[in-house]
Amino acid sequence: MSNKEILKIEHLKKYFKVGKKQGQPVFLKAVDDINLSVYEGETFGLVGESGSGKSTTAYTVIGMYRPTSGKIYYKGMDISFEAAKRPQSLKKDMQIVFQDPGSSLNPRQTIKQILELPLRLHRKIRGKDIEQTVIELLQKVELPPEYMFKSPPAIGGGEKQMVAIARALASAPSFIVLDEPTSALDVSIQAKIINKIMDLQKEMGLTYLFITHDLSLMRNVANRVAIMYLGKICELASATEFYKKPLHPYTRMLLASIPVVSDAEEELKPRKIASTGEIPSPVNVPPGCGFHPRCPEKAKVCSEVVPEMVEVEPGHFVSCHQFSAKFADFWKQS
Amino acid sequence: MTENGLLQIKNLHVWYKVYGGYLKVLDGVYFDVNKGERVGLVGETGCGKTTTMKAILRILPEKDSKIPEGEIHFKGQDILKMNSSELQKVRSQGIAMIFQDPTAALNPVFTIGDQLSEAIKVAFSSGRAHKETVKQAAIRALKEARLPDQERLLGNYPIQLSGGMRQRVCISMAVSTPRDLLIADEPGTSLDVTIQDQILRLLNELVEKKSTSIILITHSLGVAREMTDRIYVMYAGTMVEVAKSKELFRNPLHPYTLGLLSSIPKLSGGGIARGIPGRIPDYLNPPTGCRFHPRCPQALPECSVQKPGFYDVGDGHKVACFLYKG
Repeated sequence: MSNKEILKIEHLKKYFKVGKKQGQPVFLKAVDDINLSVYEGETFGLVGESGSGKSTTAYTVIGMYRPTSGKIYYKGMDISFEAAKRPQSLKKDMQIVFQDPGSSLNPRQTIKQILELPLRLHRKIRGKDIEQTVIELLQKVELPPEYMFKSPPAIGGGEKQMVAIARALASAPSFIVLDEPTSALDVSIQAKIINKIMDLQKEMGLTYLFITHDLSLMRNVANRVAIMYLGKICELASATEFYKKPLHPYTRMLLASIPVVSDAEEELKPRKIASTGEIPSPVNVPPGCGFHPRCPEKAKVCSEVVPEMVEVEPGHFVSCHQFSAKFADFWKQS
Repeated sequence: MTENGLLQIKNLHVWYKVYGGYLKVLDGVYFDVNKGERVGLVGETGCGKTTTMKAILRILPEKDSKIPEGEIHFKGQDILKMNSSELQKVRSQGIAMIFQDPTAALNPVFTIGDQLSEAIKVAFSSGRAHKETVKQAAIRALKEARLPDQERLLGNYPIQLSGGMRQRVCISMAVSTPRDLLIADEPGTSLDVTIQDQILRLLNELVEKKSTSIILITHSLGVAREMTDRIYVMYAGTMVEVAKSKELFRNPLHPYTLGLLSSIPKLSGGGIARGIPGRIPDYLNPPTGCRFHPRCPQALPECSVQKPGFYDVGDGHKVACFLYKG
């Protein structure tokens, strides 16, 4: 891992128009003003529950959506527009692996056909070399060469996801978005795939933007972690720091909710914060801090002012009024 | 059957008819639940957890499945030999089930009140209950499931509620009348982790308060650990291990349980093991002997020939593996 920024997101917003109310358009604020940087060679974890905006963030980065406002920089280049307007070299360099390999792979194509297209498009490989490269790709994900004649429905869920990973690797990218790559799979298969993904990263020097809702998994794969809630980042820190010292009430609630399998893990779970309430609709975001209706530690200011990101320790950011200097005195009084 | 026993499954086999033969899904399942006990049933996709539970309620597809062998005793009576009125009584008063997906479990065109009061009416043995009594019982049930504003909720349709609230409605339906046994099939899996936590805590409170027995089906060992007294681990249609929950995590024995436990990412970090090689067997032609032997790192020569028994290693901890034949 180096200190070179490969991806930088500045004040990114992605709103979806979902209807009209009294002549005014109503927006679903999927991603609402987020800032983050991903460094070369690291795994950046983006965690959140459903509807938190983690996938929208990833899709905007990869170019499936055009940002409503804000900037995305990749290797210093402004890429704040959709994929169709991006240069070919950029598409080659950024790839994505989706959650459900059952629907991200064309069931009517053979695996060879699936892997062939990125090779032709991005690496200009032709003729006999194609078959050889397909075999090499399959080897990379530990699948036997004869699999290139099979089609996705004929192989298992874990194997399908391996093919999806091979397809992402086919263009020889340096940055891959992994959108819940194992959440549709059983744990014994998840273990195999996660280990493969981590091996490939070391081998090929890849950078990952890893999206998941599983904090235990995140602990084992990510170098740095950001927690999202209602389109905003509420905490961002290095993985070790984050699990040792979670600060935001939502982060602690999430950690306390995880079912674990050993006493050693039980020790790590924050106490005295029981989960309550549900995630509000992103169409009707509560005023002030989006988490305040569920927060057991809320004060009056939380429903009035949107908290800003504060750097509590080097590299550890929290957006909660408890930790901001502006409101610290106020917090002590109440 | 012991005095404390509530449900006892003996040597249950269930087959599904498909083109080209039968899928031999359950292969001699043994399973017990005692009165007031919280039992977990853990296993990966396709291992037969849900099939076992469907067999208990006899809701397997009638034409396409058959039970060549086995007994399911509920309060001393064999469910597999019951006639339809006896079966109806078990379903309405004995056993309640909570399904994984509350959206599919609730009928979208009837109000919560309609569906809840139907469950309550059926459970009244006379069959005829006063309208107001039913309504009060429904409100009480919703209150127990910590749903706010119950009166209004009765007139709502499922689509007006969130996923977590829908699952609470399903729970209130299951506990609206006294039951001996509650079967919860992955009750929190389709929900977010903070909501799952709330649902599981609620279930736990309710079974404790009403001293109902519960079977919790889940693929997550973590959920089972926090929710149950005893855990069965299932693989490819057989029980491979059963132990008290604490014992199972302190001293797992079966190679499959060990593989499963090491595959789970830990909150304490330290990486994940390489998982279990291979995949779940084809039920059309399942492996002979122990069904886990083709994937087992410690397989012995007899494993491919003979099916292991369920060997007791003390204190109710049983393992279906020749390594512990003793």
